[in-house]
Amino acid sequence: MQLKQILIAAVASSALALAPAAARAQNPTVPEGVRLGLNYTLGTKPGVLVLPMDSTGGDSVRAILQRDIDYDDRATVITLDDQSARAMMPKTGDDFNYPIFAKLGVVAILRPQRSLTGITITMYDVAAKKRIQIGGFPLTDQVNSPAWRMAVHRASDEVERWIFGTPGAATTRILFSGGDKQIWVIDSDGENARKLTSVTLAMSAAWSPDATKFVFCGFTPSGSQIAVYSFITGDLHWLSGTARGLNITPTYSPDGRTIAYASGSEGGTDIMVMQEGDASPSRRITVGRGSDNTSPSFSPDGRQIAFMSGRAGHPEVYTMDADGTNPSLLTEFTYGEQAYRASPDWAPDGRRIAYESRIDGNFQIMTIDMRDRSTKQYTSDGQNEDPAWAPDSRHMVFSSTRTGPRQLWVLDAESGRMRQLTHAAGARLAAWSPILKP
Amino acid sequence: MHPSKIIIAVVAVTLVAACHKIPAPLAPSPVAGNDSLDRARADSIARANAARQAEIARAQAEQDSLRAVREREQREAAQNADAMKVLAATIYYDFDKADLTEAARSLLLAKVPVLQAQPTIHLRITGHTDDRGSSEYNLALGLRRAAEAKAFLVNNGIDASRLEITSMGAEQPAVQGENEEAWSRNRRSEFAPTSGGASQ
Repeated sequence: MQLKQILIAAVASSALALAPAAARAQNPTVPEGVRLGLNYTLGTKPGVLVLPMDSTGGDSVRAILQRDIDYDDRATVITLDDQSARAMMPKTGDDFNYPIFAKLGVVAILRPQRSLTGITITMYDVAAKKRIQIGGFPLTDQVNSPAWRMAVHRASDEVERWIFGTPGAATTRILFSGGDKQIWVIDSDGENARKLTSVTLAMSAAWSPDATKFVFCGFTPSGSQIAVYSFITGDLHWLSGTARGLNITPTYSPDGRTIAYASGSEGGTDIMVMQEGDASPSRRITVGRGSDNTSPSFSPDGRQIAFMSGRAGHPEVYTMDADGTNPSLLTEFTYGEQAYRASPDWAPDGRRIAYESRIDGNFQIMTIDMRDRSTKQYTSDGQNEDPAWAPDSRHMVFSSTRTGPRQLWVLDAESGRMRQLTHAAGARLAAWSPILKP
Repeated sequence: MHPSKIIIAVVAVTLVAACHKIPAPLAPSPVAGNDSLDRARADSIARANAARQAEIARAQAEQDSLRAVREREQREAAQNADAMKVLAATIYYDFDKADLTEAARSLLLAKVPVLQAQPTIHLRITGHTDDRGSSEYNLALGLRRAAEAKAFLVNNGIDASRLEITSMGAEQPAVQGENEEAWSRNRRSEFAPTSGGASQ
């Protein structure tokens, strides 16, 4: 008991130093029975506290909101155990003891409550001592079903928009190639992993811009072909218009009309483009002259394509206009070094391209700024490959061998914080969905 | 050998027995006597013996011919097996390279006379890589390795239409492991005869 009180006192005094003068003047006291979860560090990120919610699924709603806000990396989630949090609930209405929240570093209080069709979330501004937002979110499906969880993620993203002006990216899923060499999908928080394909070998999945389908490379007895899987029908169809042989690394253009991919023959592997509904032969847009050109990624305006090529003798990342003209080396050419840069992915905001680069024999995740061409390295532990941006242009998913078998990890490009997304046997070649519509 | 003799003996006895059962002529010849009856019986036995000898000779000849065929087939199978081994011999590459090493060239050169001797054989060449680097780019690299092998065979007189190339990149390692020993055995092209390989 004494230890707890000391801890609370320590937090209270350190929080006091950062708290607004108005809150400091009120000389608040910690209510009887309140215990603080000290799993946060005070810093520049605003503190957000999610109050408990009574009724069925309330614990799950609170847990998902807290985790989404934590994974979003823009706020610090301040957690209280259930009993403490209840002790801090107002006796009536919105009459919170704001100064004590301020002492805990809380900037925004989120109060989820059951409604007729789902939940309402009310947000209170601790500094202004008033309610500033309220929103309703339908939760029609069964508690904890994939659709129900996605609806709660949607509430999280909206709450983040209230706080930061731009939404979070929790209402998303991630496609990847599993250890069984099939395409899998998993929620952005690591839940609901499920297998989608059952072909000989599938890899390199890429979302359509409306997230109703994805395109991938599947192996058949006559080589590898491009296939489209529809989330609406659950059907898979192989695209005609590709040549027999090696067809790999497909991706959609931002308008969803064009599929760019790489097609190989005796004369090397080149980037091709085709219209999805069109059975006429694809059009070659790179002139690789026998070299290998793969892994196209469109700029968000659709006017350029980043890709990798061995045309200079070793694999490098290039950009070109979407019609194949004006190819140019993306990164500074490195002399006297066995360079190997690969797997470019253009951020949805257009400002950076992520790629992997071999450094001291191991592959690491890098980004290059498209304005000043400055590069940044994010990883150093194990082999880290195939970065793919989240729709917030802030997070990336990539594969890493840092804990042994290759797994997917999520990286916050602002703070460098990382979390492991998958834990099954082997995962790679991930693609992050756009924000999913209800 | 033994069972066939028994069968022949049984056949002969049955033939003799059958003669015994020949019914008496409805109008016996007045000159017919015991002598003619004995002669007929002797002739019948002689005929049965002759048939038995002929059967033995025929069986012998058949077996000789079968043995000859079997020996020839075994000889050809052995030659075919050697030829198949030469055709299927895997070639290896350096890291991130599709260039043919000296060892790869001599293995490819050995395939040329086999392909020329057996013009119905087609070859499927599958390029592979180790698992380092982009697994997507490795598919293209594997194809380039297979293409280099094909080009070498074509330059040495093999019709391009008999050679199909494909790539599995790093997706089908020959051996598991994260060391140079494993990597060097995974950077390879494999050769699979696709038709006409079993006989000539």
